[in-house]
Amino acid sequence: MKVFIAGKGVISAIGNNVAENFASLRNLQTGVSKITVLPTRYAETLPAAEVKLSNEELAQRCGLNSSEPRTAFLSSIAAKEAVADANIPDFKKWRTGFISANTVGAMDKTETIYKYYLEDDNTDKLIEEDPYDEGYVTELVANQLGINDHITTISTACSSSTNAMAYGARLIKANQLDIVVAGGCDAMSKFTLNGFNSLMILDTNPCTPYDENRKGLNLGEGAGYVVLVSEEVAATLAKKPTTILAGYANANDAFHQTASSPEGKGNFMAMQGALEMSGLSTKDIDYINLHGTGTSNNDLSEGIAIQRIFGDVPKVSSTKPYTGHTLGACAGIEAVYSILSIENGIIFPNLRFQTKMKELDFVPVTELLENMEVKHVMSNSFGFGGNCSSVIFSKAN
Amino acid sequence: MSKQVSISSYLLLRNNQIVVDGQKVFENKDLSSTDFLQAAYDHFQINYPKFFKMDNLCKTGFLVAELLLRNQKLNEKFQPEEIGIVFSNANSSLDTDIKYEASIATAPSPSLFVYTLPNVLIGEICIRHRIKGEAACFVFDIFDAIFQTDYLNSLFETEKVKTCISGWADYYNGKAEAFFYLAETGKENSDIHNSLNVNKIFQGI
Amino acid sequence: MSELIATLKVQIIEQLNLQHLKPEDIGDDQPLFVEGLGLDSIDALELIVLLQQRYGIKLANPQDGPTVFKTVRTIADYITAHKK
Repeated sequence: MKVFIAGKGVISAIGNNVAENFASLRNLQTGVSKITVLPTRYAETLPAAEVKLSNEELAQRCGLNSSEPRTAFLSSIAAKEAVADANIPDFKKWRTGFISANTVGAMDKTETIYKYYLEDDNTDKLIEEDPYDEGYVTELVANQLGINDHITTISTACSSSTNAMAYGARLIKANQLDIVVAGGCDAMSKFTLNGFNSLMILDTNPCTPYDENRKGLNLGEGAGYVVLVSEEVAATLAKKPTTILAGYANANDAFHQTASSPEGKGNFMAMQGALEMSGLSTKDIDYINLHGTGTSNNDLSEGIAIQRIFGDVPKVSSTKPYTGHTLGACAGIEAVYSILSIENGIIFPNLRFQTKMKELDFVPVTELLENMEVKHVMSNSFGFGGNCSSVIFSKAN
Repeated sequence: MSKQVSISSYLLLRNNQIVVDGQKVFENKDLSSTDFLQAAYDHFQINYPKFFKMDNLCKTGFLVAELLLRNQKLNEKFQPEEIGIVFSNANSSLDTDIKYEASIATAPSPSLFVYTLPNVLIGEICIRHRIKGEAACFVFDIFDAIFQTDYLNSLFETEKVKTCISGWADYYNGKAEAFFYLAETGKENSDIHNSLNVNKIFQGI
Repeated sequence: MSELIATLKVQIIEQLNLQHLKPEDIGDDQPLFVEGLGLDSIDALELIVLLQQRYGIKLANPQDGPTVFKTVRTIADYITAHKK
């Protein structure tokens, strides 16, 4: 039973839709810059990859009330683009799910309310009455999409969106649903910026993943979704799907709350599991979209695990120098980039890379590669809590 | 059709009581929930200093997983990647989110920040019990036994796991609640793993 | 110096939630990380916060952590050398 990808949608610091993202990727246009939207004391010192639109502008674009959380605006814009792109006839007649991942929920709203709460603790009721959790964001957007057969939120840190896609595919394979809009979203917040800063893993310059002299990550925001459909639905589409979700796996590193094990055990098992499900060998993989956050720890563990599995390492790059690390959204955004890579025969470069890591035998792609045959792409996402996921996209025949 | 999945053991923590397979094993109504968690840790003579560093959600879930698994010898019976853990809750990591948010004003605390994700509970349990299989965490308003059993049964059917820890762990507003059970195949005398049986256990106390 | 070491032990136990330990359980020259007390990278970050909050000392480069935080005595030495 194949699971086809019928549509995709994305918003990130490098564009408000798929076409804009694709253009920026090709033009080597980074989204990492000085913080201008989030009100923070770090605006001058910590670069990030923001979507350069105010809440009011985003709300207007997606038709939600501007008092709703920013994460929901990003989610709505990308999810609607994905559904429109799939253009499924009689969308309503199928059993449809919305599986959306995020990690911050409505943290931006909580941050605002918290200030008032400190002055008057009756304000606490606001948190009780308006559910600002992760699921609230999913429900807002599901309502807009008119999806009500199955709605859920997955929260497994930075691997969340991969797990959302894997779960969606599983529901289709188990004949529980016909269509699943799956992916994730996350907005910037003071909460995450201060948190990652307290862990001392933020680069004060634009990040340089897989570089010997890497200094950490830049945070980003955005959303990315794919529309997964069954074979039966795929057969009804005017525009034939270009890609299938060929394999996926999730494994726990079981090492530390936030750090990866030095040998990347969880990373290894996730990649191996995805390969096994897809029935592909390591030689078949044309490109790996790395998790590649730019922290000393992630890139080393991931790199060592890749080396161990692949031996002869295929073309690899991290697209986080473009988009920053968008946490719960990153695997959704990078799924869209992986599909663009297959559809257009293009491999996107790992911007700003200069020096090979001494522990690794391979280096990432540093220039835009065009006219490539890209049939199979692996995309990695590894999160706090030891949660490691890999997914493989393959060209549909 | 694959082998029948059943509930081989379960544990429930609610209203300052702990129930194992239907038997109340510990109770202390006079304590706050945080003191209750500490009292249970002491009572069952658990020796795992990392416990003291965990946030309330992790302490709640860790304790229940600890008592559920202490006599199971999972690591003798299964490979680490054959064991899964799937749980859900209503309040995510909100209890710690609020504390961490407060720390931003002075010095954002790294040790609070690492607990501002609900799935870190899975990480803590995986580290303790050497579990490396499927690890998922869902957020729902209330415990959804139909979802939970469907999800697990599909893991078994597709041979993703040979045994799986499943349940609910929530901590918010000074209220701790956790419910974990162990799902396995080949246990003929145990309750069948379906939503009816799981719900019945969950409603327990 | 011995007074500072004694104070530090109390502060470390409090900051890192080491409730299973008493100050006298921590040796002045006992390694704090891995084979010693078994502290990890998050504890190192909390120690950086401790230095900043209690002693006004900023450790800008986390790479210095392993040397500074080797033992309670090395921390005390660092504080003595850097305190304004």
